[in-house]
Amino acid sequence: MPSPLRLCVRRSPAPGAGGAATLVTLQLPSEVACIEEAVELVTRHCLAGHASCRRTRFRLQVVLSEALSNAIVRGNGEDGRKSVHVRAELLADAIRLVVTDEGPGFDPTAVPEPIRPDQLDEANGRGLYLIRKLVDAVQFNEQGNSICMTLRRP
Amino acid sequence: MGFSQTKDPSGVAVVQVEGQLIVGNRQELKDLVQAAVAGGERRILIDFSRTGYIDSSGLGALVSISKRIREAGGELRLSGLNEDLRSLFELTKLDTLFAIAGTPQQALASF
Repeated sequence: MPSPLRLCVRRSPAPGAGGAATLVTLQLPSEVACIEEAVELVTRHCLAGHASCRRTRFRLQVVLSEALSNAIVRGNGEDGRKSVHVRAELLADAIRLVVTDEGPGFDPTAVPEPIRPDQLDEANGRGLYLIRKLVDAVQFNEQGNSICMTLRRP
Repeated sequence: MGFSQTKDPSGVAVVQVEGQLIVGNRQELKDLVQAAVAGGERRILIDFSRTGYIDSSGLGALVSISKRIREAGGELRLSGLNEDLRSLFELTKLDTLFAIAGTPQQALASF
């Protein structure tokens, strides 16, 4: 069965990126079964041509998995008619990942701190916290359905 | 990516997490441990020596599993976390919630 993932890699100056970059885009369906393959594909492109760094690879894998999971489950509600869009700008000194879903968006400031003692025993609510801890910068669009994560290269 | 369950000669149920523990397979792990507890297992070790990465859903599944085992009067140990995996537990303070051993052997000896 062919993969349902649609990958596009363009080696050209990324618009507004301030220098030559590789732009990787990926569209995937709202299926959690696609997350692992999508994470591996994007991670491989993000690290291609750069010195191997175990820590950076791990961080990329975790934050991509988190962002895709949020987009598919919470954003798109696992609706098969909706897609998730990944855009990776690969700069010389950083990786900028944008994950966008087709849902209504959410308020990232309304998520409780999961390390509070009263939250520690909760099964959910650690995703965004982990992302914030593992990357150098996190931004959301106004609608709250698109997250931009920047990870500096070592 | 998957899970395998064996029984240590000391009587501990050992679950190996191979590959990732993420939103797509966390329910499988929860079901496996639930079945073990329902089958009478009370000492359970989950080993991560062959694990790549874990997402927050995977961490959440471990929290649920831990509660279930505790409610049944059992004990859970975790082992085999490399430096990166361990950092996820430390960042989320879950290292304070779980009994974590360096190796499966150390975990088995701690029951």
